[in-house]
Amino acid sequence: MVAGYNTISMGTGRKEFNPKKERPGLEHYLKEAGQATLQMIGGAQNVDECVMGNFIASRFNGQANMAAFFPFIDEGLRFKPAIRVEGACATGALALVSGVRSILAETAEVVLVIGVEVQNTVKAIYGADYLAAAGWAKNRKDGHAYFFPGQFSDRAGAYYERFGRDKTRQAFARWFRNAIENARLCPTAQEHHNTTGDLEALAMMEPNGKSFVDNLNVFDCSKVSDGASSIAIVSEEGLKRIGIPKSEAIEIIGWGQAAEDITLPPSDLCELTTVKNAAAKAFKSAGITHEQLATAEVHDCFTIAGILSTEALGFAKQGEGPDFVLAGETSRTGRIPMNTTGGLIGWGHPTGATGVHMAVTILEQLTGKAGANQIEIKPERPYGLTVNMGGDDKTLVAIVYKRGE
Amino acid sequence: MTYDERLQHVSVLGAAGKMGSGILLLTALEMADVSLKPENKGKPYALNAIDVSNEALAGLMNYLRAQVMKAAEKKMVQLRMVYAERADLIENSEITNAYVNYVLSLVRPVTRLENAYDSFLVFEAIKEDPALKVSIFRKINENNTNQPWFFTNTSSIPIGELDEQAELGGRVVGFHFYNPPAIQKLVELIKSKNTLTEVETFALAFAKNLKKTVVPSHDVAGFIGNGHFMRDLLYGVKLAEGLQPGKSFAESIYMVNKVTQDFLVRPMGIFQLIDYVGLDVCSYILSVMYSNLASENLNCPLLDELIALGVKGGQYSDGSQKDGFLKYEKGKVVAIFDKTSQSYVDIAGVQTGCDASLGALPAGTPLWKNAVRAKDKEALFAPYFQALKSLNTPGASLALDFAMNTKAIGQKLVTDGVAFNENDVNTVLLTGFFHAYGPINNYL
Repeated sequence: MVAGYNTISMGTGRKEFNPKKERPGLEHYLKEAGQATLQMIGGAQNVDECVMGNFIASRFNGQANMAAFFPFIDEGLRFKPAIRVEGACATGALALVSGVRSILAETAEVVLVIGVEVQNTVKAIYGADYLAAAGWAKNRKDGHAYFFPGQFSDRAGAYYERFGRDKTRQAFARWFRNAIENARLCPTAQEHHNTTGDLEALAMMEPNGKSFVDNLNVFDCSKVSDGASSIAIVSEEGLKRIGIPKSEAIEIIGWGQAAEDITLPPSDLCELTTVKNAAAKAFKSAGITHEQLATAEVHDCFTIAGILSTEALGFAKQGEGPDFVLAGETSRTGRIPMNTTGGLIGWGHPTGATGVHMAVTILEQLTGKAGANQIEIKPERPYGLTVNMGGDDKTLVAIVYKRGE
Repeated sequence: MTYDERLQHVSVLGAAGKMGSGILLLTALEMADVSLKPENKGKPYALNAIDVSNEALAGLMNYLRAQVMKAAEKKMVQLRMVYAERADLIENSEITNAYVNYVLSLVRPVTRLENAYDSFLVFEAIKEDPALKVSIFRKINENNTNQPWFFTNTSSIPIGELDEQAELGGRVVGFHFYNPPAIQKLVELIKSKNTLTEVETFALAFAKNLKKTVVPSHDVAGFIGNGHFMRDLLYGVKLAEGLQPGKSFAESIYMVNKVTQDFLVRPMGIFQLIDYVGLDVCSYILSVMYSNLASENLNCPLLDELIALGVKGGQYSDGSQKDGFLKYEKGKVVAIFDKTSQSYVDIAGVQTGCDASLGALPAGTPLWKNAVRAKDKEALFAPYFQALKSLNTPGASLALDFAMNTKAIGQKLVTDGVAFNENDVNTVLLTGFFHAYGPINNYL
């Protein structure tokens, strides 16, 4: 993978965001991200296939048939094979995997992948309806007004009960603080302009089930975002064609994909079982253990998902994720820096783009181009990991990367 | 008759006005909540929005639709429970639509007073004119066999006077919302000596359900809110007139307005507040108070002079400010009325000289928008007023003079038996007027 690019993640938190004024739409973000990657790989003529990741523009923007936007991004993409994939919030990583399969099938040497979502077109209370499509539609009626916050609030509530509320909430607050502190370093992050003094005190605000959900507050939630991320998936021959050295690319060492029955409730509210399955497959396929990771991008759609991810990846035993986070192990200087540009809570969560954004962050970190966000990559732990989750632990993609040699 | 039954048939008089529209909105939401309870299923509920203007009623319905939609979005968690049995309502947007349609279906916009003849409860928010209120109350009372209750939004007329003159037999209470009713938390509750206990009980329950802060006031013209504001107004005018030997009319208005806003950390200067309420409304209130409290000179010839010149203030139906003492563009003051030339003079020609005459604000003067949210007011304002005292500039002197007077007004409301205690006076100014600190304090 090479030539990653992220637009700004636009929404509340950005100084330039004004919900009352007209804002850029899908077209703007697609063009900005797509053209940036095309420029880095020598132009549209170098692209063999295109993959678009988008969750639900059909509702937020009244737009389907998204693959046909590639020729709009650059006329040179006219008549090239293009496809749009969808798997709720795992859409971005599914787009990546779809590109990887084309490379492996040798139908393409260079695949352009773009993930995009523009969600600030409606108020959050109605966006919640659209995003609820990531769950089983038949559960919508009995679900919470804010459907997904409701789902993860139930997980948080179960976790409080089994492993203690105070420490868990403190760990949520720490997770939030890490996310914002990382986002402040990243100019495209939605929380880049955040100037709050005591972030953990802010995040300890008591949840209020009357206006939101019982066990989470707004700081426990990812952002409502507009944005796009793009990257090129390229074979070794493709790299030669576009003239980029392997050292500026990251190699996909292995990956794991898994889907769980969308009609069933979680088998254990205190575990991300499908994350665990997909990550185990990814590690096995890459022939590594979690110990060899330099950094990981995990799917913290809510703080509870961040905590549960530390456990599902094997860094902490069940019930000990809060201790791991509170000990600072997931911070930028900790044992395993997670979400080094802020993750879904700090950088933002333009749903269809998130999986691609994760890969771009890993590309930047492993090739030493992460700027102010750069963490130290030690030779004995050279691997990066992305875990992108669709719905409540239903559609999963975990990918292991390493800098090209 | 229970609380829920009382709300089955309600009328709001003056429903399309500034206060009436807010009262209508809050009442409609409360009636919807009550009528959607399972035990009230199938019972008819009706809310008459009565106003003389058909045109204004059309605007009212648009306002209502937009506001009810916002209310629905805010309480979606509860509404999903209310509509849990409605299998056809799945998404939040469907619930919003169902709720908005339901609330609007309760409201009947009408221009005829006769509609109130079936009501159990009548909210009145018409012009502050005692004779008009009395004649309308009398008419409804004589033609309505339900022994209806009257909730008047008067901000100045003694309730006992309305009761006696309209012969309502104690079925009337002062239920004074602050502008805008949908946002302001304060309700002044005024019983006359004859107000029935059950009327008061209902009023308290209604206010609680509307999440309002209730401050009781004795039945003395002007009550606490206008009792304070009108005397503040008179003192502001006096201070301005005192400046006039050396300053023009416009300059004196600018200076006192600036002192009462910036130096005293209030949301608006005194003349902007008069514009906001309306010069004509203020004049009405003063005359009502004066006719009841003859021992105190509550005349303001300046207001009448300006009203005669067509300078009235108040708001347009979209909520934007009409010109009064000051002229506004997009909510900002751009000019000041000049009595001599009977026209507005640009603020730029007045500001620099007047600001220099007043002198600078103390270093670190709190901004009202921050101060109003500050938790420890004393820590903020005790040192501020000390700094103000040490300044010795004309601006600081005017500010201290006004602050002392505003405190004395507050204390006199208690000694005169209008307010029950000093705390109630402060609550009214803090919640009803959005002041950052109460007028009765130890900062001076």
